[in-house]
Amino acid sequence: MKILKLPKEQLDFFASVLQQFGEVHAPVRTRAGYSFRALERWSEACLDYDRTVLPPKKYFLPPRETMLTYRRPDGYVAGSEGLNQKLVLFGVHACDIFALNLLDKVFAEGVFPDPYYRTRRRNVAVIGIDCEPDEHCFCPSMRADFVERGFDLFFYDIGDHYLVMVGTALGDDMVLATGPLFTPVADADIVEYKRRSALKKTKYQLEVDLRDLPEIFELEYGSEIWEELGRTCLACGNCSTSCPTCYCYDVQDQVELGSTEGPRVRTADTCLYSQHAAVAGGENFRHSQASRIKFYYYHKQRGFVMEHGRPGCVGCGRCIVHCPVGIHVVDVINRLRGVRDAVASH
Amino acid sequence: MSDLLVPAIATILDQQDETPDTRTYRLRFRDDAQAERFDFQPGQFLELSVFGAGEAPFCLASSPTRRGTIEVTVRRTGRVTDALAALGPGDEVGLRGPCGNGFDVTAAEGHDLVFVGGGIGLPPLRGLIWNVLDRREAFGNVTILYGARTPSLLVYKQELHEWGARADVEVRITVDRAEPGWTGTVGMVPVLFDQVDLKPQSSLAYVCGPPIMISFVIQDLLARGFAPERIISTLERMMQCGVGKCNHCCVGSKYLCRDGPVFNFREIREMWE
Repeated sequence: MKILKLPKEQLDFFASVLQQFGEVHAPVRTRAGYSFRALERWSEACLDYDRTVLPPKKYFLPPRETMLTYRRPDGYVAGSEGLNQKLVLFGVHACDIFALNLLDKVFAEGVFPDPYYRTRRRNVAVIGIDCEPDEHCFCPSMRADFVERGFDLFFYDIGDHYLVMVGTALGDDMVLATGPLFTPVADADIVEYKRRSALKKTKYQLEVDLRDLPEIFELEYGSEIWEELGRTCLACGNCSTSCPTCYCYDVQDQVELGSTEGPRVRTADTCLYSQHAAVAGGENFRHSQASRIKFYYYHKQRGFVMEHGRPGCVGCGRCIVHCPVGIHVVDVINRLRGVRDAVASH
Repeated sequence: MSDLLVPAIATILDQQDETPDTRTYRLRFRDDAQAERFDFQPGQFLELSVFGAGEAPFCLASSPTRRGTIEVTVRRTGRVTDALAALGPGDEVGLRGPCGNGFDVTAAEGHDLVFVGGGIGLPPLRGLIWNVLDRREAFGNVTILYGARTPSLLVYKQELHEWGARADVEVRITVDRAEPGWTGTVGMVPVLFDQVDLKPQSSLAYVCGPPIMISFVIQDLLARGFAPERIISTLERMMQCGVGKCNHCCVGSKYLCRDGPVFNFREIREMWE
């Protein structure tokens, strides 16, 4: 991998060059929190943010997306808005890039790749940036604190400069488009990078142990924890909406009034909603909220592991931050393991 | 854009009322090449779209040995099926598929076959039954056991009669509640097990029906000596995308729409969320 450095004072120039690769989006501070959005000017970008409310998955699996339109006699015609728009996401954290790599397993790889997702993934460039962990982060536990792929460029703060990893040919084109701005790293840069990397590792306050976790879940299938969580959970879906790896969706055909034509729309769904496992005729395979929140945990920590070899969680902390009733994923996992004292302080 | 998520148009050729709320439709893709090319395994399903109502999954009720047209048997239970019930010959619908794994017909060759259907659970078995009967010499004994709540809720009455008239097929039918004129067996489906010579060692049992019926039929078959892997069933969930993405049919690490809906009981036993 090519690794270069960029003087920090040149970042806004670099950002202006990026516009030729697509509309630049970056985290912006809003009243609700940080949000990835199109920049009107580079000074809006806030690169030392903690976490965005919604993860960047919104660019690849839009919360609401028209998949096709239908009309007699043409039939069903594929088409989704903005599918071919070139974007550059600047400032994506490692955990969120890791999550995109996991979504790739579901939507871009395997027997049935999703054509909409794959097209968006091709058209959206990803530039990562290093971060400062806070009290909700546990990405090292989920082995998602570092990514070696899934980005075009990745920026690490080393003081006066960014150390920049070039991940793809597109990333290399971005570097080349700036002329001589990027320069080779010196010995002192390597020392500083390693010093900061080691220091960062000491700053995490939460930890879960992944070893044999699917087996622990299997053993604790009848645990009283699930009933307790079912009584606490409001089924608001915040954890799932803000989760960078949750990907359930619901499909509905909308009808123009007085006709039989309209769009087929898919919207983000969550297994915490009461109708998620309902079928026509009135049967519901997960009647209770306890069974639904249990499914939420089992799919991430057991089902996803069985299929993809690792949990469907990157330790970003969003579900902890956004739960209105204080359900805490690390607490749930550690209670299942029986190491209750370890999280008593949270 | 691939046609993975985009339906193709098919025309309703004709239809047959099965029960007061259930109807069989014979369909053909509008595009002739597609109609002739379309191949599937019995047990697979289609995502069927009705203009202005939406899309829902239905099992293929016809046999791939009879190319060109496709049949689905639909009970009215919701928005899409209500809208479909308002359509008739000449009307157009959208089709996606085939989805799912289907029954492994090749693996069934040489075995005795026992089909156990309950109510609206006969359609997925019907595709397999016709597939087997069209290549009758490749299989051992064929036994069809079918039950419904009342005589008027039995589907495929004409075909049941036709199958029953064959010397190389054994058919037994029961209803939970008799109606005037019914002279046959009364009782739940397992009462039929005592009327035939079940051969657990050489048979494959295909069980399809409402979840509660599947559950007690399987317990009964196990008690009669069927090995779990010789009991094969189809599971039901909301199969919305049909391609293992939307997650509504997820059970444990399996997507019923992609990895199923056909599983043997050894697999079903291992499946939990």
